[in-house]
Amino acid sequence: MIEWFAWVQVAVAVLAGLVCIVLGLAGRVPNDLVLGALALVELLLIVQVVVAIVAPTVGNPPTGSLLEFWVYLVSAVLLPPAAALWALLDRGRWATVVCGVAALAVAVMVYRMLQIWTVQQA
Amino acid sequence: MTTHTSEPSRATRPRRLSGIGRVLVAVYGVLALAATGRSLVQIVEKFDEAPLAYSLSALAAVVYIVATIALVRPGRTWYRIAWATIAFEFTGVIVIGALSVIRPDLFPHDTVWSGFGRGYVFIPLVLPLLGMWWLARHRPGPADAPEDAE
Repeated sequence: MIEWFAWVQVAVAVLAGLVCIVLGLAGRVPNDLVLGALALVELLLIVQVVVAIVAPTVGNPPTGSLLEFWVYLVSAVLLPPAAALWALLDRGRWATVVCGVAALAVAVMVYRMLQIWTVQQA
Repeated sequence: MTTHTSEPSRATRPRRLSGIGRVLVAVYGVLALAATGRSLVQIVEKFDEAPLAYSLSALAAVVYIVATIALVRPGRTWYRIAWATIAFEFTGVIVIGALSVIRPDLFPHDTVWSGFGRGYVFIPLVLPLLGMWWLARHRPGPADAPEDAE
């Protein structure tokens, strides 16, 4: 795991989450900005998948459980598409908030992944 | 599923999955996913170290999944299941949370509920309260209201 990239990812996901929640509470239905933010979060997660596959082979192994790391990563990758699907089916203001919740959950999960990789914990 | 021919209108029978309730369901879904993933890892990697704690984690994960489904499904039976699962979660987080603080030797390994859900930003402590508030505000219609309100 590349530490600065993980932090960028957390920052983007937090920002996307806050924007979506604010838009949702303001009564906006899911629009291109909301879905675009989710798409960006998802794109970064897919890059993270590639990084996580390559990193151990180039002398950057995780200090914690690789299995736990992957459970988090796979779960995180599933979240934005699930939220986007919800937004496409629902098209209400609360769907926008749900997208924000998903993005914030991704932020927490990436932070946990960074801990598992860099700090021997649990 | 409500496949009755005389579907009550939404005005007379508010659906549980409406408005901010959808956010509640989404958060429950995420928590169910997180708890399931974590207990899976714990059981695969180190079940022998703490069978009790990790069995509890798995049980909690299953209950979160059932609660998520029960919140979405209409009807009186699912309403009761939602109450039961959410009450179970609340009891769990209070009892295990208290025990893990008073007698940490009993729970040397983390569960979802250790330290009142500290490992999950206290969401397991707050969510059941929100869930119960939500359920109390959105009873099934008068025709099928539960006789014994909890």
